[in-house]
Amino acid sequence: MTWARRRRAFSRVWRELRHDRPGFIGLLLLSGFGLFALSAPLIADRSSLLAASGRNNPDLAAPSSKFLLGTDEIGRDVLAQLVWGSRVSLFIGLLATVVAVVIGSLVGLAAGYAKGKISAVLLAIDDFFLVVPFLPLAIVLAVILGRSPTTLAIVIGFTSWAGSARLIRAQVLTLSERAYVERARALGAGSWHVIVRHVLPGVAPLIIANATLIVPTAILTESTLSFLGFGDRLSPSWGKLLDGAQSSGSITINAWWYFLPPGLCIIGIVLAFTLLGRALERIFDPRLKGR
Amino acid sequence: MSRRYLLKKVIGALLTLSGVVVFNFFLFRIIDRDPLAKYRGRSKLTLEQRETMIRRMGLEGSKWDQFVVYVKSVFRLDFGRSFDSTQPVLGEITARLPATLFLVGVSTLLTICIGLYIGTKAGWRRGSRFDRTSTSAAMVLYSTPEFFFGMLLLAFVAGRTGWFPTGGLRSVGANYGFVGNLLDRIHHLVLPVLTLTLGYLGSYALIMRTSMIETLGEDYLVTARAKGLRDSEVMSRHAVPNALLPSVSLIAISCGFVIGGAITTETVFSYPGLGLATANAIRNNDLPMLQALFLFASAAVILFNLVADFVYALLDPRVRRAE
Repeated sequence: MTWARRRRAFSRVWRELRHDRPGFIGLLLLSGFGLFALSAPLIADRSSLLAASGRNNPDLAAPSSKFLLGTDEIGRDVLAQLVWGSRVSLFIGLLATVVAVVIGSLVGLAAGYAKGKISAVLLAIDDFFLVVPFLPLAIVLAVILGRSPTTLAIVIGFTSWAGSARLIRAQVLTLSERAYVERARALGAGSWHVIVRHVLPGVAPLIIANATLIVPTAILTESTLSFLGFGDRLSPSWGKLLDGAQSSGSITINAWWYFLPPGLCIIGIVLAFTLLGRALERIFDPRLKGR
Repeated sequence: MSRRYLLKKVIGALLTLSGVVVFNFFLFRIIDRDPLAKYRGRSKLTLEQRETMIRRMGLEGSKWDQFVVYVKSVFRLDFGRSFDSTQPVLGEITARLPATLFLVGVSTLLTICIGLYIGTKAGWRRGSRFDRTSTSAAMVLYSTPEFFFGMLLLAFVAGRTGWFPTGGLRSVGANYGFVGNLLDRIHHLVLPVLTLTLGYLGSYALIMRTSMIETLGEDYLVTARAKGLRDSEVMSRHAVPNALLPSVSLIAISCGFVIGGAITTETVFSYPGLGLATANAIRNNDLPMLQALFLFASAAVILFNLVADFVYALLDPRVRRAE
């Protein structure tokens, strides 16, 4: 029965999403990027990311039939880096979001459900992370913990959960006042049962919409951090490509094929997730209709 | 404005600030067990020099002793010496502070004015052509990393036309007199300011549009219209002041983002402020510098949030008159 209900809910969301123009555009754009990332091995061999692969190629060469998007400062194919970079950017963005959503949901659920001291302490921690500027914090953490993509993702997730914890707490507070939660409690349900069976399903849509909106900020943060020197030059994300383009002087000689594609890709993917996330928010929260 | 409200906010800000100080110690002394390991010239240090550095950085004794030394030095504004330049960190920071304050100040002011204006107009005429165009544009602006704007401006405006310098704070070795030097500085500021403004315009406009739409359904607007006020009066005297309230707190929170924007923008334009210092400190693993920069950035955001709380109280009669 639950599964039938879930399927019905899913098809309702799908129907509404299809009629929400910005949301549908976001979904299409996102599918396009997904295909792009999946097709990486078809477009270019992974070995063309190696520093040695560009040895016999001209440096910073303009697009040609051999290199559709030209080459970088050490002669590597820009298209190969772009298509493999989509995986790095998406991986970091998604992993960071998982970290942020898990921390944010746990803190939000606990702060909303628990009363008294625990709730106050959690709120104080949440306030702290909401105020502390997250990019400097992420920079400091990444310098100390290491510069690998996985560490970056965890650092980004760890610095961007505070807003969702706040949202989820508010939703939990209104839900716990509802009659069906009180009924369950009156029937003797324990805290764990109430949270998992009654509160969590109620906040799940909010968590999903919120997660979709964390991905774009995580990708933007990742590109900023990579641009500032974090990340791996041999397996570059789109932000790292921009870092390479900036530090190799490709802007001065106007090597647009080097810096334009990764920048446009970042804009595209962030736009896609943002449009989709806002559409999901509208669908799940009827009060936001017409925005 | 009630005294209690002010006092509560100031105490809250001080508590957060002390939280940052403690957190900073935790980051640089407990998570990072051996801060000296990141010092590039460490292999050339003699044993004595190494001991001097350990003493200077306050790395002696138990963690508690270190904490006491650290807190005392924070109160003295003594953040040690930069690994990179070996100069005192505080001097490095104060020398670069004015440039960044100017850049961030001018662009924040521009962003707030233009962003709020566009957001107000779009929200008030929801669904109009202006709304659709400006909202789409704002979404694209929001989705663009600000340093990419900087790169585009450098490549296609500064590079192609030569109208603007490609970086720095002023023309090196030139002296045009007082007015001339001032104009020269402004000339160097145009592109960085434009970059930061474009980078955050989108989110401010979207925030204001949303809160404008939220006030549209309120009863007091119906009342105002029923009184026979003109549309523009209803908007400027009743809708905008109310819509500004949630925007003030959201804008205060997003100022943390602007600090991040300053870091990358200054990097793109080699603009010698705190942002460029941060970027250099990252590349050089300059821990003392990063530690102090993190403290300063947090203090700036906390201060900005405090100011926003005051502005909020000034704008909202419910808070202003509350006991």
